Parts: sequence; structure tokens; C-alpha cells
Amino acid sequence: MAANNYRHALFCAIVTLIISFPILGFNLEAKGVNIELTGAKTSTIVAVILAAVAVFVFQAYRDSFMGLLGKLPKLNPLAGREPMEQSKRVKLESWVLTGIVVLALFWPFVVSRGSVDLATLVLIYIMLALGLNVVVGLAGLLDLGYVAFYAVGAYTFALLSQYTGISFWMALPIGALLAGLTGMILGFPVLRLRGDYLAIVTLGFGEIIRILLNNWTTLTGGPNGIGGIPEPTLFGMEFGRRIKEEGNTSFHETFGIAYSGEHKVIFLYLIALVLAVITALIIRRFMRMPVGRAWEALREDEIAARSLGLSRTAVKLSAFTIGAFFAGFAGTVFASKQGFISPESFVFLESAIILAIVVLGGMGSQLGVILAAIAVTILPELAREFSEYRMLIFGAAMVLMMVWRPQGLLPMRRIHITLNKQG
Amino acid sequence: MQDLLYFSQQLINGLTIGSAYALIAIGYTMVYGIIGMINFAHGEIYMIGAYTALIAITGLTALGLAWLPLILIVALLCAMIVSSSMGWAVERVAYRPVRGRHRLIPLISAIGMSIFLQNYVHLAQGSRNIGFPALIEGGFNFSADGAFEMSLSYMQITIFVTTLVCMTALSLFISRSRTGRACRAVSQDLGMASLLGIDTNRIISATFIIGASLAAVAGLLLGMYYGSIDPLFGFIAGLKAFTAAVLGGIGSIPGAMLGGLILGVSESMTSGYLSGEYKDVVSFGLLILILLFKPTGLLGKPEVEKI
Repeated sequence: MAANNYRHALFCAIVTLIISFPILGFNLEAKGVNIELTGAKTSTIVAVILAAVAVFVFQAYRDSFMGLLGKLPKLNPLAGREPMEQSKRVKLESWVLTGIVVLALFWPFVVSRGSVDLATLVLIYIMLALGLNVVVGLAGLLDLGYVAFYAVGAYTFALLSQYTGISFWMALPIGALLAGLTGMILGFPVLRLRGDYLAIVTLGFGEIIRILLNNWTTLTGGPNGIGGIPEPTLFGMEFGRRIKEEGNTSFHETFGIAYSGEHKVIFLYLIALVLAVITALIIRRFMRMPVGRAWEALREDEIAARSLGLSRTAVKLSAFTIGAFFAGFAGTVFASKQGFISPESFVFLESAIILAIVVLGGMGSQLGVILAAIAVTILPELAREFSEYRMLIFGAAMVLMMVWRPQGLLPMRRIHITLNKQG
Repeated sequence: MQDLLYFSQQLINGLTIGSAYALIAIGYTMVYGIIGMINFAHGEIYMIGAYTALIAITGLTALGLAWLPLILIVALLCAMIVSSSMGWAVERVAYRPVRGRHRLIPLISAIGMSIFLQNYVHLAQGSRNIGFPALIEGGFNFSADGAFEMSLSYMQITIFVTTLVCMTALSLFISRSRTGRACRAVSQDLGMASLLGIDTNRIISATFIIGASLAAVAGLLLGMYYGSIDPLFGFIAGLKAFTAAVLGGIGSIPGAMLGGLILGVSESMTSGYLSGEYKDVVSFGLLILILLFKPTGLLGKPEVEKI
């Protein structure tokens, strides 16, 4: 047994060397037409060798490590505790959510402009993640092309404002409805596919949308994108220094305060906050409605749910459409925030990030998803030097979550009743 | 005559790309056939193969090796070793612990792995695309009145021949060898095969290794054919190869070969007669249509859902 262990450990260590040394140990550099190969820094090579040694040690003494790990959770004070009572937990969750919202309301007035801008982005991601949470977390439909609906929302606003001069408030429902409609049209044929096929089809659809946006230059401007997207107005009051449109007044003149660029940023943030809260509340309602139960029933056991009379297409389609609708919502806000959009913002990676948020937060759990969206967007900003490792860490985190805790950091718990034990 | 030459040119280009797609598609189809999951990270394994091959070629040239076939063979071996180790490691780390869970869990794990590998190469080698030296140059030219020339380059011939050799070797391996027989048994019924004494974990690892080494071959060939590589180039190629696998009927090895060729030809016909920008749209559209109307593909067996 022991010799076997060492052989396996040695094998693993060699594999570690093989997969890391050629890629990390040599750098390809283009020198004019030729390519030159340079050795990497000594520190990298030492790190590779250390990694191999670590793998060897871990694999060789795997059993004792696992034994140690098994003892560890006892150190955690929360481990042995009884699960919190249901009514208490629900109350706590809503208190936490309310607390976050209240905190978020005061946030922009105390921090710098850059932080408010970042917070707006976080809110957009929260909207997207809440929408995708309906599709992936509740209905169990893996949608890898979610960013396509986000793009539909953003481009709807951009194109309409370019050709018809529509305002943000008009574009918001139109963009969301159009995205929802796209979701419905796409969903209708594809939703009878099995889970993993559905994932690939949505991925293909997302790519098709992106390629179309990139190449239909006459309409979308291709890779150059569309600029000059107007900012939202408050009852006809603009936030710019000068008024762009006839009939509008400007915010700082109406209230007789000095012009400041911050007003606009804060206003946009507040709009995003309100929309995110609305999104969360609507989806929360849906979760408690029969249709929400039907999503979960179908996710848990399709055959049983169908035999109880649920229409598979109708239920899945509703989840898909609602998810797409909120993506369109977020897309409109995004277009307005950036003032400029291009297909670059709607690549597959974006879908993957949103999916990572939903997976990390705990599929189905709203609070978890919101916290994960905040963490995923803010952490890379806090640790700037790590920002290039961001996607590397996301990828690894997704794998580790699936291996260790597929239910997510804050898993969703249904409201349920347990019978008291007899006697 | 002119039109015919143009058509044959597109056909040759399509078959070249298609046979390389088929090599990648084998990895998807074998893994799906055995454990029923989409190995989303397979495209990245192929990309890593291409990078390793380029590193090996550059290194060998710098060492003063001049004999081309030797360089290519050594590079090919390096790429195959690194890629198959990667395939093995990915399966061990990301797929084995989640095997047998709900369908979406391995898929999400695979997506995570794919993002991880993409960024691993991105961080190690930079995100810019790097030129792949055209080692095999020249070819045959056919022309009609000197107007339009149809060419069949040596590179294309190399791709055909290598693919043919790999496919033959794979078919022989699957049909004759002991491991190959075990592979077929496991793909028919995993539980039964393991009851009959087949080490299914080993067979699954073997599947990943075979798929990854074929992907590495494709990586070297396509890297040379396209003339440049970057960390993202596995993603689209992986999707295309997956389309090819589905087109031919996922789980079926001859299906993957057929699907690859059909996909390659339809893609080059699109860029030849319509527009190069929309060739990806055509292949993804094809994928969606097949999945909608004939999810079992051309050569696949229908899947019966048991209650």
C-alpha cells in the first residue's frame, strides 16, 4: 500500500511538472518576424518545482491529510450548532437585505466619485445575476448566452436613441421587453432540449448575436460601437453643464446649486439601485408564486413535475423570458452609464462571470447572489495587483465550488415545515 | 472551368480544416460517450498543445536542429505528452470528484476549468497572438488559362495524411486492443463493465488521454496552417469541434470524423461564396438546427429516456 502510494505520488508530481514547466518555464517572444524563446525567471522555475514537491507530499500522505481535515471542522464554532429556526432565518435575511439597501442609499454621499461609479457597475451585475439566477438557479436551465439579452437591451437603447432620440425612461421598458421577447423567441424552440445541449445552444446563440453586432456595420457600427447615448433625466432635468435637448432644464440651475459632475454619477447610481431593488422584489414575488414553485419542481424532477400536469414549455419559457427581461433592464442601464457600447462588452466571458456569480452565491439564493456580485466585482478592484489573476481565480473558484460546495456559499433554503419527532 | 476550380479550392480548404476539427471532435465524442458530459475544457487542451508545439519548435530550432521532419516529430511528441498530461490532470481534479452528480455540475466545473486554463496560458505567455512559423511551404498549383489558380499546399497534404494516420491508429486501437475493447464496454454500460472487472476509472482516464493527444496533433497542424496562435484560439475551435461531434452524432467516433468534414466544408463554402465574417454564424446556426431537429446527429443512436 505504502509503495503504491509513493508511486502514485511520484506520478502526480511528474505530471505537475509536465503540465506546468513547458508553459510557465519558457516565454515566447516575437522579435520582428522571428520568435525567440527565453527562459522564465528563476522564481517561476522554483515555484514550479515547489508545486511539484507539494503535490508529491500531498499525494504521498493523502490519507493522513484527509484525516486531519476531517478533524478540522470541529474547530469551527458554527459547525455543531443547530440550524437556525426558519422564521428567524427568514427575518434575518430580510433584515440583512434591508440593511444593505439602506447602506447603499447613503453610500454615494460619503465616498469618492470612482467608488460610486464602481458601485453602479456592481448594481448592474446584481441585476444581471438576479435575472440569471431565475434561469439557472431556480429553473435549472444552464444559459451560457445570457449576455446576448444584455446586449439586446443595451443596443436597443443605443440604436433607438441614435435614430429616434428616445430618452432613457422610454428606452428602459422597451429594451427590457425586447430582450424578453428575444428570450421567448429563442426559448420556444430550444427549451425542449436536455440540460447540457441547452447550454451549448444558448452559447452558440450568444456568439451569433455578438458576431452579428460586430459585422452588421451599417446598423450597429460594428466593432466601433455606438456612442453618444444620452444619460437619464430627472423629470426633464438634465445633469450636464449645458442642456442638450430643447425643453429640458438642468438640474443644478433648477435647484440653484453649483454644477458638479458628481450629481450625474450619483443620480445614475440611485437609478441603478432602485432598479436593482425592484428586480429583487419582483423576482422574490415570483419565487413565492405558483410559477416559481413550478420552476423548482421542474428543475428537481422533470418527469414527476410533468406528470403532475405542469406544462414543461410554459414553465421553462416563463423563466427564460423573465431572466432575459431583467438582462435587458440591466443592459439599458449599462448603455446609459457608459454612454458608449461596442460588441466588446458582450463576449462569452461576461456570461461566464455572471454565471460564476450565481454559482458562487448559491444557485437560487437571492442574498447569496447579491453578496457574490458585490464580492466578484469589488475584490479585483481592491487588489489591483491581482486583477490580472481575476479570471484565473474565477475559473479555479468555479471548479472548487462544484467539487466541494455545489450549493454555493449561501445556499437557498425553501420555507418548509418539519414534523416534530414522535415521543 | 473557372467555377469548378474555385469550387474545388473551397472543397480542399474545407476538407483540410474539417479533418483537423474531426481530430478535436474525437475528444468530445469519446468523453461524452463514456461519462455523458461535455468536456468544455477540451478546446483549451488543444490550445495548450499548439503552444507546447510552438515552444518545442522554437527551442529545437534555437538548438541548431535543422532537419524538419525530426523537429516536427519531436514537437508533436512534446505537444501530445503535455496535452495528455493536462487532460489526465483535468479529469482527476475537476471531473472525477463531481462525476455522477446532477448534469449541470460537471458542466459548470468544466467551464471553470476552461476559463482557468485559458488564463493560465494567457498569464504565462501573454495575450498577444504569436506567429507560428510556416515550416512546410510550397505546393501544387493548377490553373485554367492562368486566371484562377487552385492550389493544394504541402501543408494541406500533411494535415490530410496526419489525420488519416491518427484516425486509422485510433480505429485499430478501439477495435483491436484490450483497452479499446474495455473503452467500448464502458461506453455501453459503465456499471456492468465495472462489475465485470474493468477498472472504469482507468478507462475514463485513458479516454481523456487519447482525446487530449489527438487534440494536441490538431493544435500543431492548425497552428501551422493558420500561422498564428493566441490563448483564446482554443475556445472557438473547441466549439466548432463540439458542433462537429454533435453533427455526426455525439458518442460515435466515425460520426465525429464525418461531422468534422461536413462542418469544415460548409464553413469554407460560406466564406468562399458568401462572406468570411459569417462562417462562424453558419456553424453555430448549424449546431442549433441539428440539436433542434436531430439531436442524435447523423450517425448517433437515439437516446431513450428511462423513467
